[in-house]
Amino acid sequence: MPRGMGWFSVVSIALITLIPIGVVASALLHPDPVLWSHLWDFVLPELLVNTVWLVLGVGIGVSVLGVGLAWLTALCDFPGRRFFSWALLLPLALPAYISAFVWLGLFDITGTVTLWLRDAWGLHLPEFRSRGGVILVLTLALYPYVYLTARAAFLGQGARLLEAAQSLGHSRRQAFWSVALPMARPGIMAGLILALMETLADFGTVVLFNYNTFTTAIYKAWFSLFSLSAASQLAAILVFFVFVALLLEGQWRNRQQTHAARSSQNPQRIRLRGRHALIATLAASGIWGLAFVLPVLQLLAWSWAARADLDARYLDFASHSLLLSTLGAFIILVLALIVAYAQRLNPGPAMRTLTRAATLGYALPGAVLAVGIYLPITMLDKQMIDSGWIDAPYLQGTLIVMLLAYSARFMAVSFNPIEAGLGQVSRSMDEVAQILGVTGINRLWRVHLPLLRPSLLAAAALTFVDIMKELPITLMTRPFGWDTLAVRVFEMTSEGEWERAALPAIAIVLVGLIPVFLLTKTMGSSQHHALAC
Amino acid sequence: MLSLADIHQTFTRNGHPKAILKGIHFQLAAGEIGCLLGPSGCGKTTALRLIAGLETLQTGRIELAGICIADGQQHTPAHERQIGLVFQDYALFPHLSVTENIAFGLAAWPKNERRARIAAMLALVGLSAEADAAPHQLSGGQQQRVALARALAPKPRLLLLDEPFSSLDVELRERLSIEIRDILKSEGITALLVTHDQREAFAMADQIGVMNDGIIQQWAPPHQLYHQPKNRFIADFVGEGVLVPGRVRAAHQVEIELGLLDGVATCDGESCLALGQDALVDVLLRPDDIMHDDASPLLAEVERRAFRGADFLYTLRLPSGQRILALVPSHHDHAIGEAIGIRLMVEHVIAFARPI
Amino acid sequence: MKRTAVLARTLSIALTTLTASCLTPLALAAEVVVYSARNEQLIKPMFDAYSKETGVQVKFITDKEGPLLARLKAEGANTPADILMTVDAGNLWYAANEDLLQAVNSAALKNNIPAHLRDPGNAWFGLSVRARTVVYNPNKVKAAELSTYEDLASPKWKGRLCLRTSKKVYNQSLVAMLITEHGEDKAEAIVKGWVANLASAPFSDDSKAMEAVAAGICDITLVNTYYFGRLIEKKPTLPLALFWPNQKLKDPTAGVHVNISGAGLTRHAKHPAEAIRLMEWLSSEKAQNLYADVNLEYPVNPRIKADPIVSAWGPFKHNTTNLAEAGRLQVKATMLTDRVGYK
Repeated sequence: MPRGMGWFSVVSIALITLIPIGVVASALLHPDPVLWSHLWDFVLPELLVNTVWLVLGVGIGVSVLGVGLAWLTALCDFPGRRFFSWALLLPLALPAYISAFVWLGLFDITGTVTLWLRDAWGLHLPEFRSRGGVILVLTLALYPYVYLTARAAFLGQGARLLEAAQSLGHSRRQAFWSVALPMARPGIMAGLILALMETLADFGTVVLFNYNTFTTAIYKAWFSLFSLSAASQLAAILVFFVFVALLLEGQWRNRQQTHAARSSQNPQRIRLRGRHALIATLAASGIWGLAFVLPVLQLLAWSWAARADLDARYLDFASHSLLLSTLGAFIILVLALIVAYAQRLNPGPAMRTLTRAATLGYALPGAVLAVGIYLPITMLDKQMIDSGWIDAPYLQGTLIVMLLAYSARFMAVSFNPIEAGLGQVSRSMDEVAQILGVTGINRLWRVHLPLLRPSLLAAAALTFVDIMKELPITLMTRPFGWDTLAVRVFEMTSEGEWERAALPAIAIVLVGLIPVFLLTKTMGSSQHHALAC
Repeated sequence: MLSLADIHQTFTRNGHPKAILKGIHFQLAAGEIGCLLGPSGCGKTTALRLIAGLETLQTGRIELAGICIADGQQHTPAHERQIGLVFQDYALFPHLSVTENIAFGLAAWPKNERRARIAAMLALVGLSAEADAAPHQLSGGQQQRVALARALAPKPRLLLLDEPFSSLDVELRERLSIEIRDILKSEGITALLVTHDQREAFAMADQIGVMNDGIIQQWAPPHQLYHQPKNRFIADFVGEGVLVPGRVRAAHQVEIELGLLDGVATCDGESCLALGQDALVDVLLRPDDIMHDDASPLLAEVERRAFRGADFLYTLRLPSGQRILALVPSHHDHAIGEAIGIRLMVEHVIAFARPI
Repeated sequence: MKRTAVLARTLSIALTTLTASCLTPLALAAEVVVYSARNEQLIKPMFDAYSKETGVQVKFITDKEGPLLARLKAEGANTPADILMTVDAGNLWYAANEDLLQAVNSAALKNNIPAHLRDPGNAWFGLSVRARTVVYNPNKVKAAELSTYEDLASPKWKGRLCLRTSKKVYNQSLVAMLITEHGEDKAEAIVKGWVANLASAPFSDDSKAMEAVAAGICDITLVNTYYFGRLIEKKPTLPLALFWPNQKLKDPTAGVHVNISGAGLTRHAKHPAEAIRLMEWLSSEKAQNLYADVNLEYPVNPRIKADPIVSAWGPFKHNTTNLAEAGRLQVKATMLTDRVGYK
C-alpha cells in the first residue's frame, strides 16, 4: 500500500468518528454559565468521584478475572478446562443492564434473596445498590474482553520463552509473572481498554443502580435540563480525557513493543491436582455461573411467563438484528483492518494519534454519538435539497446513517484485537514475503490474513455481539419499521415491564451465542506441532 | 560431570506409542564439550530436553556432578538443575533489553555482583556496546551471543546448546563455533551440543555421539569417528566417501578393484578374519584415501568435479564402472572425461560385511 | 479486500435506495408519520384501529424524548414527522418552546380536552392523564394520617418514605408543581424534608418503590397510578393502598398532581390535515378508552369513563395548574433536586 494511500484511507475512516465527535465538541464553543455553575457545584464533584471509583474498580476486577481465568484455561489443566475455555466467553452475549436487572431483582433491598434472607434467617445483606454492586455487575459483564485477549496472548507466546525462563532458575509459576504476563501486556491492555471504554459509556446499568457517573450527568443535562448543548460539552470533555488516556497507553505500549518470538510449540500445561484443581474448577464454574447461568436462568423463567408475547413479528426483529449485526460487523472489520494495516506500514506518533482518535466513538454515550452523526447528515441532505439535486431528503432515516453511526461507535472493538494480533506478526514475515515477491495487497491476503485469522474472528464476533446489544443509536437512526430485538427490550423496559423484556433479551443472548461459538473455535485449537527431535 | 545411563523414552501420539530413545548412555567429563550428532528424528533433541528437565524421564538415570537428577521415580524440576540452555531460535525475552536478558537468571545475586557479572559476560561475548539494545535490533549472530551470555551468567554446571547455529549463515557458523568453543574452554564449562551439522560438531566438540534411531551408534572424538567409523551408518553419515566391493584376503588384507589394501583393517569394528577368508565386504574409501599420481598406471576417468578453493573434489569412474571420490589440490586442473592416474593411500582399512 | 469493500458499499447503497424510496412523500396514499416517546405496544393497537377505520396509514418511530427532539430539530424543514407524541407535558412544552410544534385550531380538540391539560397556545394536547399520588401500606399507616405531598416532609415520616429517582421526568414535573404552588424556596425546603425522610436510596422505578413499601422497608411512596394498577394486578395480595392527597385545600387549583401523555403537530408537518384528524380521533369518544385503558390511565376527555379498575380507585380533584408550567419549571426543578441531594 503506497504511503499516501495509507494515510488517505486512515484519515477518511477516522473522519467517520471524528466528524460526530467534532460536532459534539463544537458545543464547547457556547457554554451556558448558569448551567455550568450549577453542574460544577452540585453535580460534578460526586460524579467525578463515582466515575473514578467505577473505572478503577472495574479495571482491577476485569483484569484480575480476565487474566486469572485466561491463565487457568490457557496454561493450566484442570477438570472442565476444555468446557470453561469457551463457556467463560458466553457473558459477552448478555447486555450488561439486563444482568444488572437480574442481580438487582435478587439482591436489591426488595430483592427475592434479600427478603428471603431477612425473613427466614434475620440476615441483612449489604446494600446492593452501591458502588460495590455496580462494580460487581459490570466486572462480570465485561471481563470476557480481557479474558479473550489475554488468552490469545498467552496461547500465542508458545513454550520456548517459558522454557528459557526455567533454564534460568525461574519455576513455572515465577515464569508466569516474569515472562508470560509482561509479554501479554499489549494483549491484556487491548481488552482492558475496551472494557473501560464501555464502562464509561454505559448508561443502562448505572441508571438501574441510580449511580451517578459522567454519563448520567450527560443525560441529565440533555433530558432534564433541556440542554443538548451542555450534554455535548460534558461528552466532549469525557472524550478528551479518554483520548489522552489512549495516547498515553499507546506511547507506553510502543516502548514495550514486542515483535514476539512466536514459538510453534505450545507450553506444557501445568497440571493442577487435588486441592488446586478443585479451587480452579470452583473458580471457573463460580464465575461462569454468576456471570451467565444465573441471569440466563432468570431470563428464561421470565420469558416463559411472558411467552404469550412471542409472535410472528419476532422473526422480523431477529432478522433485522441479524442483518444489521452481520452487515455492520463486516463493514467495521474491513475498515478496522485498513486502519490497522495502514498504521503498521506507516508507524509513527502522528499515525498512532490518528488511529487512537478513530476509536474514540466507543467511549461516547450512544445517543450523543447518534446526534453527532445525525446533524451532519441532515445538513448534507439540506444542502442537497437546497441546491436542487434532490427533492426529498436522501440520506436521513436510511441504513447508511445507522451503519455510519455503528462504524463510529464500534471501531475500537474491531481495531484493538486486530492491532494486537498484527503486532504479533513479526516484521521478518513482511521481509520474507517481500523477498518472495509477495507484496502489497497480495501479501496481506496470503501472508498476514491467515496469521491474523484468530484476531479477525475475535474482532468480528465482538463487533457482531456489540451491535446486537446496541440500543441508543439503533433507536435514533433506524428507518421506519426496522425494530430490532434490542429495540424490543427498550419498549418493555422503558415502561418498567422488565419481566416482559426477558423474552427479547433471551433472544439477543441466543442469537449472540452464534458468533461467540465461532469465536471459541478460533481460540481453543492451538496447533500441537510434532515435538522436534 | 554428566552421566546418562540406559535412557529409554517413549512418546504417544494419537494413541500410538513411539519409542524415541532406545537405550542411550554416555558420559561427559568436567570441562569437556560433547555433541550429539544425527539426522532429524533420531532423538537427540529429546535427550537434550530430558537432561534439561523439560521432559520427564521414563526409564534410565541421569546424573549431574554425581547426583541423580532424574530417574524413573524422581525428577528434579528444570529450574533447580542449574543447567543452562541455548535454544535454536535464541528465545531472547523480547520485552527485555540485552542487559535485562542476561540479568534474568541472576535475580538472587546481590546487586554489585550482578552488575559485575553482566559486564563480564558482555565483554566475553563482545557485546558491551549493545548493552541496552532490544533483541529485535540485533543481528542473528549477536542474538546468539546474547543467548550464550544469558545462559552462562548464572554459572551453570552444564551448558546445553540446541542446534545453536542453524539459523545463521555458513561463514558466521564456522566463526562462531570456534569463538564459542574458545569461550567455553576458557571458562572451563562442560557443554553438550546437539546438531545435525557435522562441521559444527567437528569444530566444537571433544566427544561426538552419532545418533540414529534412538541409540548412540558411536561415542568418540571427531578424528576417530571420521577415520574409524564403527558401522555403515556412521561411515555414511560422517564425512564423504564411497563404499567399494572387496574381498577379505587375510587378517589385515582386503582386496579391491584398485588393488590390495594392506594395513590395519577392521571389518565392522572387528578382525576381518572373523568374517572368513574370501568373505565379501564393502570397503570405505574417503576422498583423502585417493591420491592423484601422474606416474600411476591406475587410471580413472573424471566424471564430475567440484571446485572448493584449495582442492577439487573429483568424482572418478573406474574401468569397472565403480565411482570413487578423490580430493586433489586444485592446481591439478583436469577436464571432464580426462583420465588421470591415481594411487591408494589407505592407512586404516575400514570394511563392512556385505549384506546378503 | 477492496473488492469486498466495494461490494459492501454497493449493498448498502442498494439497501438505502430501497428504504429511501419508502420515505419519499410521493406516497400520496394518505399517511401520517408519528415520532413517539410512548411505547410501541401502547400506540400500535390504536394506530391499527385508526387505519382500519379510516384507511390512513400511520408510520411511527419510537425513542426517548431527548433524541426525538434532537432529531426533529436536526431535520428541520425536511422532517418526515407530522406528530410528536410524548409521555409527559414538560417535553411537549419544550418542543413548543423550541418552535418544533405549530398551533392547531381545532374545535374538537378544544372540546375534548380540558384547558389545563393542553397548551394555552394550542401547540400540544393531552391525550391521557396519569396521576402521581401516594401509595401506602395500610397495615402501617392509616389513611387519616395522610394529607398532602408537602406533609410528607414532616419529621413524623422520618425513615418511612421511599421515592423514585429525581432523574425521572414524572418527579421533576411534581417538583415543578410544588414550585408553582409555593415558590422555589419553600419547594426546596419541602423536597429537602422528603430527602431527610428517605428510608433507602431512591429507586430506579415506581414498582420497586412500591415493593419496598410492601416489604416493610418504608411505609409510603409516590407513584404514577398505572404502575400501582399493574402491580396490584400481578400481585393482588400486596399490602398497598392508594391515597389522593391535596384534596381538601383552600386553593381552587390544588389537587392531585397529574401529568399527560400527549401530542402536537410538528412545524413542518407534511400531512397537517391528516395529522390533526388523527389527534382529534385520539381525543374522541371512540379512541379515548382504547388509548387510556390499555395502560390503566385516565382518559383526558371528561365525558369518557375510565377503565373499571381505574375508576375503582375513586374520584379525585386534579391540580388544575396548566401543565405548561411543568415544562417551564423543569430546569429549575432539576436544579433544585440537585441542590438538596435528592438523587
